[in-house]
This record gives sequence, C-alpha cells and structure tokens, in this order.
Amino acid sequence: MASGSGRRRKRKILLSKLFTLTGAKACFKPDHSKIGRSGFSRVVSCNQPDSPDAESRNYCDNYVRTTKYTLATFLPKSLFEQFRRVANFYFLVVGILSFTPLAPYTAVSAIVPLTFVILATMFKEGVEDWRRKQQDIEVNNRKVRVHRGNGNFDFKEWKTLRVGDILKVEKNEFFPADLVLLSSSYEDAVCYVETMNLDGETNLKLKQGLEVTLSLREELNFRDFEAFIKCEDPNANLYSFIGTMELMGAMYPLSPQQLLLRGSKLRNTDYIYGVVIFTGPDTKVVQNSTDPPSKRSMIERKMDKIIYLMFLMVVSLAFFGSILFGISTREDFQNGVMTRWYLKPDDSSIFFDPKRVPMAAMFHFLTALMLNSYFIPISLYVSIEIVKVLQSIFINKDIHMYYEEADKPAHARTSNLNEELGQVGTILSDKTGTLTCNSMEFIKCSIAGTAYGRGVTEVDIAMVRRKGSAMVNQSNGISTEDVVAAERAVKRFNFRDERIMDGKWVTETHADVIQKFFQLLAVCHTVIPEVDEDTGNISYEAESPDEAAFVIAARELGFEFFTRTQTTISVRELDLVTGERVERLYKVLNVLEFSSSRKRMSVIVQDQDGKLLLLCKGADSVMFERLSESGRKYEKETRDHVNEYADAGLRTLILAYRELDKNEYEVFTERISEAKNSVSADREALIDEVTDKIEKNLVLLGATAVEDKLQNGVPDCIDKLAQAGIKIWVLTGDKMETAINIGFACSLLRRDMKQIIINLETPEIQQLEKSGEKDAIAEALKENVLCQITNGKAQLKASSGNSKALALIIDGKSLAYALEEDMKGIFLELAIGCASVICCRSSPKQKALVTRLVKTGSRQTTLAIGDGANDVGMLQEADIGVGISGVEGMQAVMSSDIAIAQFRYLERLLLVHGHWCYRRISKMVSIIYKFRLTLTFRNTFLHSV
Amino acid sequence: SRFTQQELPACKPILTPKWVILTFLMSGVVFIPLGVICLFASQGVTEIVDRYDTDCIPLSSRDNKVRYIQGLEDKRCNRTIMVTKTMKNPVYVYYQLENYYQNHRRYVKSRQDGQLRSPKEEHDVKSCAPEDTVGGEPIVPCGLVAWSLFNDTYDFSRNNEKIPVNKKGISWKSDRESKFGKNVFPKNFQKGSPIGGKSLDPEVPLSEQEDLIVWMRTAALPTFRKLYGKIDTDLQAGDTINVLLQNNYNTYSFNGKKKLVLSTTSWLGGRNDFLGIAYLTVGSICLFLAVFFSILYLAKPRQLGDPSYLSWNRSAGGGRG
Repeated sequence: MASGSGRRRKRKILLSKLFTLTGAKACFKPDHSKIGRSGFSRVVSCNQPDSPDAESRNYCDNYVRTTKYTLATFLPKSLFEQFRRVANFYFLVVGILSFTPLAPYTAVSAIVPLTFVILATMFKEGVEDWRRKQQDIEVNNRKVRVHRGNGNFDFKEWKTLRVGDILKVEKNEFFPADLVLLSSSYEDAVCYVETMNLDGETNLKLKQGLEVTLSLREELNFRDFEAFIKCEDPNANLYSFIGTMELMGAMYPLSPQQLLLRGSKLRNTDYIYGVVIFTGPDTKVVQNSTDPPSKRSMIERKMDKIIYLMFLMVVSLAFFGSILFGISTREDFQNGVMTRWYLKPDDSSIFFDPKRVPMAAMFHFLTALMLNSYFIPISLYVSIEIVKVLQSIFINKDIHMYYEEADKPAHARTSNLNEELGQVGTILSDKTGTLTCNSMEFIKCSIAGTAYGRGVTEVDIAMVRRKGSAMVNQSNGISTEDVVAAERAVKRFNFRDERIMDGKWVTETHADVIQKFFQLLAVCHTVIPEVDEDTGNISYEAESPDEAAFVIAARELGFEFFTRTQTTISVRELDLVTGERVERLYKVLNVLEFSSSRKRMSVIVQDQDGKLLLLCKGADSVMFERLSESGRKYEKETRDHVNEYADAGLRTLILAYRELDKNEYEVFTERISEAKNSVSADREALIDEVTDKIEKNLVLLGATAVEDKLQNGVPDCIDKLAQAGIKIWVLTGDKMETAINIGFACSLLRRDMKQIIINLETPEIQQLEKSGEKDAIAEALKENVLCQITNGKAQLKASSGNSKALALIIDGKSLAYALEEDMKGIFLELAIGCASVICCRSSPKQKALVTRLVKTGSRQTTLAIGDGANDVGMLQEADIGVGISGVEGMQAVMSSDIAIAQFRYLERLLLVHGHWCYRRISKMVSIIYKFRLTLTFRNTFLHSV
Repeated sequence: SRFTQQELPACKPILTPKWVILTFLMSGVVFIPLGVICLFASQGVTEIVDRYDTDCIPLSSRDNKVRYIQGLEDKRCNRTIMVTKTMKNPVYVYYQLENYYQNHRRYVKSRQDGQLRSPKEEHDVKSCAPEDTVGGEPIVPCGLVAWSLFNDTYDFSRNNEKIPVNKKGISWKSDRESKFGKNVFPKNFQKGSPIGGKSLDPEVPLSEQEDLIVWMRTAALPTFRKLYGKIDTDLQAGDTINVLLQNNYNTYSFNGKKKLVLSTTSWLGGRNDFLGIAYLTVGSICLFLAVFFSILYLAKPRQLGDPSYLSWNRSAGGGRG
C-alpha cells in the first residue's frame, strides 16, 4: 500500500502476552512422529533454493494455471470435448460416411453445418479460456520481495518463486504461496491474516511464528539463515499442517499456527517474513479448487434425451427400411427371373445386388442413417446458441439491473443457463455480502434500563413501506420523516438520540452508568487505531466489523479511543465532575478474547486511580447468568429491550463490568500463568476454568444493538421471490444467533413461525465431548442429530394440518452428521417441509454438499448466490451460480454463471428474464423439432424404399 | 435502446372464450363453402379409367404373361371406351402405372443431366451405370430412366374416324428449353441388350422428344400418371371410342397395372376430391367446436385467469415441494 509505507509506525505491541487463550506454546503432538514417513516426506531447505539438494527434489514452480487448455492441447482437447456431444459425434460419423459412394447427397452438405457448429463453439471456448489466461498472467506476474542473498530483498514475480525462498510480504498483500511464518513486524512474530477467500470468515485470524525465529526481523538477518523444514506432502486440508523445522541442530514443531496460506491476505501487520514451502499447484488453496464443472440447463438435458430418442427412431426407421429393402431386392432377381427389370438387377453394384442381399441391406442401413440425419437437428444447436447469446445481451443491457453506484451492469457469463433462471425452485444464499453489506452500524443501545437510539433499520423501513406511512412503531416512534432522514453522516454509525448525543448524556439520570457503558465500549476490544498524520483523523482496524462499530460509536458519543500501546489504551473522554475533556490512560492487564464457545470477551484494566476493572461484553445467553445479585438492577428492562432488538434483526451484546480487588486479581494472575504454562492436554480446559471464575458477579450496564446492514431492497426481493413459490435457504458461516437475526431482518423468519433448531452446542453434548473416545463421541453425536431430526419431522407432521409455518435452523456440526449418507434423506425431507431453512457455521464444503443434496434430492432447479471465495463450491455445484460482483474480490464472480451487482436484482433476473427466456427457448425448440419431424417423414417415405 | 430493454410495443391476444368461439365460427363459415366449391369443381371433371394390362394378353398366354410380353409377336390390342358424359376439349390422355418404383434410389440417380443438356458432356456417363456405354461408346441419353422409357402406344377412333392425339406441349416448357438440348441427338440408344423400352429417333433432338421428357420427370410415388397427349375435340356423351393399343411395356414381371386415363380438367386441375373433403371436414369440426364451446360457456362459465386452477394450487394441501 502506497500510503502505508509513507507513515510506517513502529508498533511494539506484544499482544500475545496479553492474550490469555491463544499464543499457545508449541509442543510436539503424536502426529509429529509421522514426519519422514510416507505422506510426510516433503523436505524444504530454507533460504537455499539453488542448492543441489533442492534441485534434486524438483518441486513444481509457482505458476498457477486455471485455464482449461494450453496452446498445444487446445485443438485435440476441445475437439474431444465437442465430440462428446452425441449429436456432434453422430454428425461426424455421417460426415465421414458421406465421402463414400453410399451417400445419398454430397459430402459438402454434411460437413459444412457440422464444421460451422464446431468452429463456433470452439471459438467461444477459446475466447473464454483466453480471458482466463489473461487473468492467470496478471496473478502470476504480481511481484513480491524475495531474498536474493546477502540480506538483500528484491522484487520478483510470483511465478518465479521456488520452494525454500524467503519472502517479505507487506501489509494488505496476498501471500503468493503457502508460507511458514518466521517473523513479523511485531516483536512476538504474530500477524493477522484475512482468510475470507478461503473460508469466508470476515474476522482476522492470528498467526504466530516460532519463538526461535522471531528475532529475524531485519532483512540482514537472513544473510546466513539456514534451516530445514520437513513436513507433510501437499494436500487439500486447510486446517491441518504438520511439520518440523530443524534450526541449528534443534528440532521445532510446526503447526497450522505458523502456516500462511496462498489466497489469504496480510492485515494489520506491516510486514512478515516467511519461507515458501508449497508452491503453485501444491498450495492448499489450489489443491482445494475443483475444475469448474460444465453446466447444462434442463432444456439442454431434455433435448439430449429427445435426441437419443430421435436417434433411436432414426436407427429403427433405417433398420425396418433396410429389411424391407432387402426383401424387395431379393425378389428383384430370383432364379434368373427379374421382377423390377427397369432396375437392371442382373447388372448391379453391391449396394443393390439381389445376389448379395445382406450386404446390400447393410449398406442401405448406413445410407438410410445418413438420409434421416435431418431428424437430428444440428441447426437446433446453432439456433439455440444464437438465441441464448441474444438473451444474454438482453440481460447484460437491462437498465433495471444496472447498479449505478458501482457502474456494474448484470453480466451473464455463460449464456447456456438463461432459460434455467425461470425454473428455479430453491435459492441457496450466502449471507455476508449477499444479503448484507457486511458493514455493521451501531444503531441502538439500552443503558440502565433505558432504551436509546431511534435510528431506522432496513427492516423498519421495509415494514413502514409495507404498511403505509401512517404506521408508527410504538417503541421508538419511527415516522416516514425519519426514514427520509436516514442519511448517515458517519459510516458504521446510525445512532440518533438527542438525549445523549453531543455530550448531553451528563444530564441524564444515570449519567454514571452511561459513562461506564461507553468507557467499556472504548476500552474492551482488540482494535488498533491508526492516526492519519495529515488530518488527525483516526481510523480503526478491527478483527471484526462489530468491534469497529463499537469503537466508532464510543468516539461519536465523546469517548475517543486514540492510541494503544503494548499495555495501555488511551481514551479522550469527558470528566463527569469537572465537565472537561481529559485524556485517560487505562492499563490493560489481561485480554480474555472472544471465542465462539465462550461467546464473550473481557479485558482487565487498571484505570488511573488504580482501580482494577473487569470489563466484559458478550451474548445475552451467557451474560445474564454471570450477573451478581446486586448487578441485576436493570435486568428485566434490558432483557425486554434485547428481545425487541433481536426481533428487529439486530445483533445484541450485553455489557457488564466488575471491580476487582487486588487480592482477587493476584490469585487470578497466578492461576492463569500456571494454567498457561502447563503442558498437559487439558490446558485449555484449565484456562477456561480460571477465566470462568473471574468473569462472575458482574454488574449489568446495558446492551448494544448493531445492525448488520442488509443490502438495498433485500426484504422486498425475498418477499416477492417467496410469493413466486421459490424457497430460500440461507447458508452462512456465521454464528447461529447472527444467522437467526438476519433471518428475522430479511423476513425469512417471522415471530409466528415455529423454529426447529438442530444443534450440538448444548452443554450436555459438550460434556460428552470431553469424555470418551472419538468414535464413541461421533456415534453419540450422530444419534443425537438423528433424534433431533426425527423430532423435527414429528413437529412437521403435527403442524401440517394447521397453517403454522416451520423454520429449520441447523448448525455446521450437526450438518456434518445430517449430510452423511444414511441420514441425508430424512434431513432433506424435513428441510423441504419447512418454509425457511438456515444453515449456520457451515464450511464452504458443506455449502456445496447441501447444494448438491437439494439439487439431487428435490429434483428442483437450484440457484446459489454468493459473493465470496467461500461460496465458490456452492456456486459451482448448483444448477445456476449467481455471483455478486461486490467488494469481496472476484472469485465468486469468476466461478459464477451470472453476475449481478445487488441481491435485489435477482427478482428481475428470475421472474422477468428467466420467465421470458424459458418460454422463448422452449417455443423455438418445439417448433424446430416439429419441422424436423415433418421433413424426415417425408424423406423416409419418399426416398428410402 | 428500447430494443435492448425489450420494451418494443407488443401485442399478445388473450384467448378469451368469446374470441375462441368467434375464431372457430369464422373458420367454419369460411371453410365449408370453400370445401363445397372445391368438391363441386372436382366433381365437374369427367374421368375415364381403363385398365388394360391383363385384358390385352391373349387368353392362351395368361398363365405366363411375362413370356408373352417379351415375345416377338404382334401385341396389338383393341379396347372400347364408353363416354358417359360429354368431355369438353382439351381431353387429356394419360397412362397410369402402378407398383412401378420410379423413385428407387438406383433408378433416380441413374441419369446424367449434363449429357441431356449439351453434346459436350456426352462422355460423362459415370452415374449412368449400368446403362452407360455400349461397345465403349457412350449412350445418349444414358441411364436406367431413359432406357426404361414407356413404349405402349394408343390410337383413338370414333365411328371409324380417327381422333388425332396432339403430342406437342405435353412436357414442361422449362424442361424443353433448358434441360434437354436442341442440339443433343440420341446416340447408341437401345443398342445394347436387353432392350428396355421405347427407341428414339436419332434425327430428332432431345428437346423435341416429349415422351422422353415426360418420362424423365420421375414420379415420387409407385402409382403415377404421365401425360401421353391431348385430344383437341370434344367427346360427346354416348360416344364409343375405339382404342388401338400397342401393348409393349412389361409391367407383368413385377405385377404392375397399366391403365389408360382420359380426363378433362377444371380450374382446380384433374379430378381430386381430397381438397374439398379436407375443407369440409376442418370446417365442420370448427363449427362443431364453436357450438360446443358456446354451450360450455353459457352452461358453465368461469372467471378468466382464475389462479386456483394453476397446477400447484390445484394439488391438495398446496404441498408443492
């Protein structure tokens, strides 16, 4: 980044020291013993890619090819592809036969149309592949800094990288190959990685290098660096990596914690040094990619079947014709008596020779095949192709699907699925970036039992519009005026309340609580501020968009977080007593980070008065039970507000704090360091237990509501699609709570719906997981899921009488079991019976599997829509993949069949274009078939006898 | 543009009951009179068909007709035709062959059009095998089609008075002028053995050999008529016409029938009831449907575009998966 280099800041924040849960010490696991055996044979000599050893290993280079053909293979390969089509092959045979004297017509008339069809299709393929090639060239020629020896780093092209090279990757750059992290700009060799292209998760992942290499922070250090890495062979598993590094005679274990994958991006870290271990086709992301399947529309498949049928008819016509021909030819000349003398059967060529009737009949059969080739409409393919290209032009040009802000029209990338759009029965949608914009807005909060904020959510807008402008929501008094005024001054902030904005909160009754509330928001996070030196503006880099929204909210309300050092957080805030803006310094002692099982995050800080505070924010399901007796003062109101927010599709968090006394804290630090240093397997459990003890007896402050902003017009569009009888499934990598929120927000879920929730996150199951062996656990879990599904089905049956709609919500873990061979049938039955289905925490693989299940199981046309690289599998698997050409890179668009700019255009795409395309194509096909049928019957009866 | 936005003005008729009934009624009203007219015209054509293939074989030879027809004896034969209705001139004389496959692939292809057109291409006889050369010299016209030229002849007389048959202008004008050359003369024709059919006068150019031109337009069906000539006088009802017939052509080996046809024409051509019957049938079906739909519409009307009749709404429980 150009601006990044201009204002490089030396950050010396040892976050790993503060983090309680991550930063685990590397230790050898049993798996490491496999190194060197089969499957774990890779050896990398770091920093010496030219050594004879490396040469002899002959690992592939870093050139990644996504094209289907090369210059040399294009002709044979694409011809082969062409002749895999039955009709084309048939015409090839006919064309060859037409050069023999058998032909009832000249060879030209048989070969020309075939050549035209094949050339046209090959040209299309060639152009598509050429585009891919261009993209490959762009990617492969990107530059990265590589160690040239003597501590010099020079820019080299990606494609020239070799295994063992040392790279320096800078902020916001993609990793060009799979690397082992050696060191970073942080002293403890941590770095943040965005893996959205791999798994679709938007939050940043923390990676950490080995302790032995973290000192290699200068370019010069690499002059004499030498190490050997032994690791597993290339494979497709993104989440596992086993290897060892041999450095100065000692062995150190490597884990996924040190592995930086191609396709992910360096964030929040100025630079890292890493050694290349997998290149090009060996990288995990490339190993994971599958060849784009060629998709064919239902009409085309049906047409193929009809062609088989017609082929059968042609063959049988020719067969019966030949038999009749044989009989009459035999009669022409029997026992020296000619019947049809005018044919001169006594002086005949082989094709009509009554003395060699079987041969003649066979040749006649071939001739008849050729003659009846009119039956098989080769022109149909050309006509359909032309019509489809025109239809794609219509789609591309449609002004109603043109997104002005981004200058992006719809783009039909493959033209052969147009008419399929009108047949869609199920839509499988990604959430982030597709339904939502992936930007969080702080919109409401409840402090000390009082609800603040009357910002307008997308859902409210939709509701107001639906029910007419007169409707006024009692809880926050939305009027149409507000809807109009919903212009946002600050990104990620849509909070509007005169009572507490512009410093007026001091006059509120619970000013002290409000102060604590926003202090918490300004302090309890892992955000890193970045000051623009020219303007003095502060921007924040956060692991997740929620956190950024909180910090921005705190800033807007007068609690400006502006610097973070290794152990302190500085906040400019208003002093309640003096009424002046002061800078306050908080000493951060511990960070207990967020994890999906903990569902909360805490920091322990010491403020300037020396008071020890534990500040905690978390999901309502875990927070309320952690409140102290005295801290439950506002519990009832807050609960009500939280439920209200959740109904409106907002993400809620509960904020609470606690003052610690010195002794208590000392006990905690002692225990936590003890737990951290233990090497036993239950180390994590120990840490959990310690943190669990301290995050107790909290005092409730309030709750926040953040809107995961929906894209424009999403609820409307979903509503219309639902009216059209199309089912919508949401497949998301997000947490269940978030997914349900969004479900409500975009009117997929309604209050009156009965939710069937299948998950494996219940306490008893977690209990179960801790004990017992792996197999037993899996067995039990499966049993559990089966039981839940059966229960769900029972509910389905019970409710089939009344009109109550059901919604199925299933998490990734259960999904893994539900998708197993013996269970997917019953799962599908349940899912199809439900009005809406939401799958959360699902991996890209699972998304693809679910898509396949729906596609094969329900025999309906499926449409998958998504925008991220994690949706690629799903897009390729579905009958139609629609990519959103939004902000998150181009992977989804590249593998999609049709790209649109906004989810709401789906409505027009499906209901208008799909409908028209289907009608028109089917009319054309049927007319051409009828025409062919007439033509051939004429031929058969007039000529073939 | 409006084209790319698919906003060009379009009109799509909705098939309301009234429209449908009206359309059927209209087509019925138009078709039935048309059919009647056609049928009437066709009925006005007088046609006399006389099958003579068996009758022209002497009784003694009936058990081996093929030997008789291939024999050398005189094959003259007398036929009498009664004219039942007055036939206005021109009266067309046809011969009709049945079970004769002029459409056989070998037969159809066994000719050389270039050779017929111009003397320069005389030697191009590749496609004519086996009737291509005789003693190394090319045959003009070559091929099976020409070789098997029909060779029965008819002479008509009424009350011992000859009725002349006009054999000019029985072929297509375009054939005479461009397909058969004025300077192409028959050569080596019917010189090989066996002899197929009629021989041609080597002094007369092909463009004037109208029997050949007619024959070379091969028929599409095994039963066909070909024009023999025209009689330019009226034939009165009650006339007895004697036909002196040369029965030369062998249809006996493949059980083909030979018929002599005398026919007048109307503005619709020869006698053919098919068109009239087809019009009448379609017209009456339309009329019937119109009546049927009106009754249905009056007795049991339903609202136009009722969504409850859609397939997915009709299935019980609305359980469309």
